[in-house]
This record gives sequence, structure tokens and C-alpha cells, in this order.
Amino acid sequence: MTTSTRPEPATATVAATDHAGPRRRRRAATGNVGEPRAIPWVYAVLIGGLVLLVGPFLWMLLGSFRPDRELKQVPPAWLPENPTLDNYRTLFTDLDFPTYFVNSTVVAVAITMGNLIFCSMLGYALAKLHFPGKRAIFGLVLGTLMVPGVVTFVPLFVLVSNLGMVNTFPGLIFPFLAGPFGVFLMRQFFQSLPDELIHAARVDGAGEWRIFRSIMLPLCKPALATLGILTFLASWNNFLWPLVVAQSEERYTLPVALAIYAIGENSSDYGLLMAGSVAIVLPVLLVFLVLQKHFVRGIAMTGIK
Amino acid sequence: MAAVTAGSPSGPSTSRRSPDRGRRREVVAAYLFALPFLALFLVFTIGPVIASFLMSFTDLRSADVRSPLAVGLIGLENYSKLLSDETFHKAAFNTGYFVVIGVPLTMGLALAVAVALDSGITRMRTFFRVGYYLPVVTSIVAVAVVWRFLLQPDSGIVNTLLGYVGIDGPSWLRSTTWAMPSLIVMSAWRNMGSLVIIFLAGLQVVPKEMHEAAAIDGAGAWARFRRITLPMMRPTLLFGGVVTMIGYLQFFEEPFVMTRGGPLDSTLSTAYYTYNQFGFGNYSYAAAMAYVLFVVIALVTALQFKLLGSKD
Repeated sequence: MTTSTRPEPATATVAATDHAGPRRRRRAATGNVGEPRAIPWVYAVLIGGLVLLVGPFLWMLLGSFRPDRELKQVPPAWLPENPTLDNYRTLFTDLDFPTYFVNSTVVAVAITMGNLIFCSMLGYALAKLHFPGKRAIFGLVLGTLMVPGVVTFVPLFVLVSNLGMVNTFPGLIFPFLAGPFGVFLMRQFFQSLPDELIHAARVDGAGEWRIFRSIMLPLCKPALATLGILTFLASWNNFLWPLVVAQSEERYTLPVALAIYAIGENSSDYGLLMAGSVAIVLPVLLVFLVLQKHFVRGIAMTGIK
Repeated sequence: MAAVTAGSPSGPSTSRRSPDRGRRREVVAAYLFALPFLALFLVFTIGPVIASFLMSFTDLRSADVRSPLAVGLIGLENYSKLLSDETFHKAAFNTGYFVVIGVPLTMGLALAVAVALDSGITRMRTFFRVGYYLPVVTSIVAVAVVWRFLLQPDSGIVNTLLGYVGIDGPSWLRSTTWAMPSLIVMSAWRNMGSLVIIFLAGLQVVPKEMHEAAAIDGAGAWARFRRITLPMMRPTLLFGGVVTMIGYLQFFEEPFVMTRGGPLDSTLSTAYYTYNQFGFGNYSYAAAMAYVLFVVIALVTALQFKLLGSKD
């Protein structure tokens, strides 16, 4: 097991003497206390795992450059023998990927903005202001954190139909503008800020809105960044609700379009499907690689992706 | 809400105000801060949660969408129909299968990776962390499409690699035996990254001194893992387990894209069947099904907290 290694050389040596095979025992006996011997194994296992995790993405990328003939070839060639951009061209000519791309972006940006504004406002009130009903509101919001999307989508669809918002941007956006997760995250963060800032500002005569907007909110940039990224991502990848609400091609988001092509008449056109997958995955990947610290902090802060 | 009319919190404030007046201003401001979120939240979240429950006792169908209040009450009929609906039983069984195998598999892999990352390696730590987290940020739909490509019977890379070691791989997604395990492995692959990060944070609370002391007393690595690391990580493992299970109980995109619930409904999940019933126009039946899933999620979560949370 990989647990046999610890950073402290002394510990690792002791552990090795009574636990591991003859090779390690010899090392311990000679008193060679360097980097624990098991470390190369840890690296080997982790790198092996990494290959399994990243491999499918590479295969997707390679597949997107293969012509149809090569995709059906048995056995497949490792590298594309006649690389082509035709699959990507099809996304633009035969299909309407730019539209889906814009739809996904508009919906994700709107939902992100909404959550940043509304969740930080309520989160601040819950963390720093005193008012009757505070606990009840927080309990209510927290209680819906684990309500699955399948529970609400049927009545939500009835509601959105009656509001005339089926197959519209508002229909795609409104149900997600105020999510419980953001309130939880912002409240946690606001609680870590000192009350004295607020008291001092009140003594200086600042109004409550100004205290929030000009003093407290600017201190929340790390939490806002985390919330913004996680919300954008969740919205970009969201599937069930857009599948229900977006009923014609001009409102499809990227995942809906890809899924519908994947199960429809293009279901075996893997060149196209791989190019489409690259189009969904690549922007998120780039954002993630640049901002990965915020993701990790968000996960560590709340444990929810 | 009465507070709305009581004036804007951004209005000019007097520097000499009584404590009483300050308190009232604070309350008014708090309600105004809460108002936009709560309005949206009540309409689009709380409302539907309640409506879904009420709806499950009616005979609402897609034709009644414009007049949802004019439907007939049928009591528990939808729920009794569930009891005799064999497709629902199949879907519930499949969901159970997915969760019972998938959650421990995902957690086990994630724990192994987290422990490896925490075992004193210094180089490429960030690199590994980012790499293992990568699938989590990608769209499940894209992942499912890519995996269907990997799992193709003849030209797929998985069967090609298996062929090199002399194994004649099955037609994974068209086999009633192999379709579900394929989805489970794919889900473990996609979701382990977020657990790795949660577990890594959990490992930091295990004091190194305890390991050192135990090692001096002659405890081997496996014994220390069993007796020190695992008990200390109980809250983290519990949390990770609950979060993963809540997600897995709702699995939908994977079979939707990869198998369409087949072959012979062998990968049809409860959430997928709910979606299908909605598609057939059976709204109230879908709502009843969704509520059953919701109650199961709540019960299993509570049970997990009871079993793992208070065992000290």
C-alpha cells in the first residue's frame, strides 16, 4: 500500500524494518536514512493513474482530427494518419455550434452574475446583521442544498410554461439565479471578517448598503472568485433543465446539442462528436488550469463541486 | 413584506442616531438584502419542492399545463402504481446497483490517491492534484460521449488494449452484463477528483506525531492506516460518502448519452425513468417518482450520519 511512506525519514525507516520485504529491511539495517525507498512506487502509481485520467482526453483530441475512415479502422492507429479539420468545419457549416456556444455563455454568465449579487447580499445579512427570522431563513436555504434537480423540474416546467418562458433565455436562467450553495459559501466567508469594520463605519455615518458595497464586499474577492468559477462551471455543464426547456436548436446549450447529436442520427459520427466534446471541454479546461487554486479552495471550503 | 416600504438602506444616514433607531435600520437593511434572493428562491425552489409533493397526489398530465389547479385529486394512486410498475422496480434496482458499487469504488480510489499524494512526495504535487481533478470540471455529457467512443466494440481503444494482452473485450455498452459496470467505472473515473481534494484536506488533521509514536511502538503502515488515519478521517469520509451518494442516486446523463437506458433497461436509472415519464406527459406520476427518490436520498443521508457520525 502507498501508506508505507511518510515524509519523515526516521519514521519510514522504522516502519520498513518491521513491515516490508528483504530489500527494505537491508536498507534500514545499513542505516541509509534518505528519501524513503517506497517513494518511487508512489510516483509510479500516481503517474499510472494520471495516464488513465488524462488518456481519454488525449484520445478525444486525437479522434477529433481523424477522418471517418480512420475512426472505424480496426485496430485504431495511435496517431491520426491523415489529420483533418473537417470535423471542426462540420460543427460550423452543417451544425450551429457558434449559436450553442453563445447560448451556453449567455446563460452561464447571467446565472453567475445573479448568484454573485444575490448570494453575497443574503450571505452578508445572515453573517453580520441581526434580524428576526435569521435562523429560519438560513435553515430553509440550507435545507434545500440536497434537493435533487429531478424533484423540482416537473413543477418548474409547469411554472415556466405558464410564464411563457419555455424555449427562452429567461426560462433557462431564472430557476438558477439564486442557489443555496452560494449563500452558504458567502455566509461562511463574511463570518470570518471582523465586526469592528462595520461598527467603525457606522460610527462614521456610513449607510448599511455602503458598508456592504464599499467595505465588506471588496474584502470578499477570494470567495467571490470561487463562487463565480464554481457557478459558471455548474451552469456550463448543466444538462437536465436545459434539455427540458430548450426545445429548438436556436436555444440549445452545448451539452444539450452534443447529447442530442450523440443519440440522434449523428450517433456514430464520432469525428463530429469528438470535435463537439473538445468544444465543450476546452474552454473549461483552460479556465481551470489558469484558476485551479480557486477550485481547490472552493472544494476545501465547502466540499461541494 | 412590510420592510420594503421602510426606505432604502443606501439613503443618507445621520451620524447622530439613537441605538434604537440604528437597530431598526439594521433590521430593515437586512430584509432588503435578503429580499431579492428570497423572492427568486421562493418562486423557483421552495415553490416547486412543495408543488412537486402536491402534484404527486393529482392526475396532472401535459395537457393540463395551462390549468394546473383544475386537476383531479387521486390520493395515493400514483404511489400505488409505483409499487406495481416493474420498470420502476428495475430502475430502482439499477440505481441501487450503481450506488452500492459505485460509491465505495470511487471513495476507495480517491482515498488511495489522497494518501499517496500525502505520503511525502514533493515533486509534481500540484501537477497530480490538477490532473486528478480534471475530469470533475468537464461536462458529463462530453465525458459520456468520449467514453462511448473508448468503449466501442471493435475500433475502441479499450478493447484494442485488452486485445494486446489476449483478452477479447465484450461489446461493453450493448451487453446487459457489462453496460452497468462500464457506467460505474466511468463515474468513478470522473468523480474521484473532488473526493481526492476533500480527503487530502481531511488527512491534514491527522497529527504526524501520532503516526510517529505508533511507528516507534512497532505499528506497521497498514496498522497505522487502519487504527489512526481512518478513525481520524471519519468526518471527512462521512462527508465525502454523503456527497457522492447524493450525486450517484440521481445519475442520468451517463445512461442518457451512452446507452439510452438499455440494453433491455439494464441501465435505466430512477432519474432517467422520471424524465421518460415526464416526456410521455405523465407529470404527476413523474413527480411521485421524483419524491420517492428525494425521500430515499434524505433517509440514506440521515442513516449514514447516524451510523458513521456518532460512533465514538
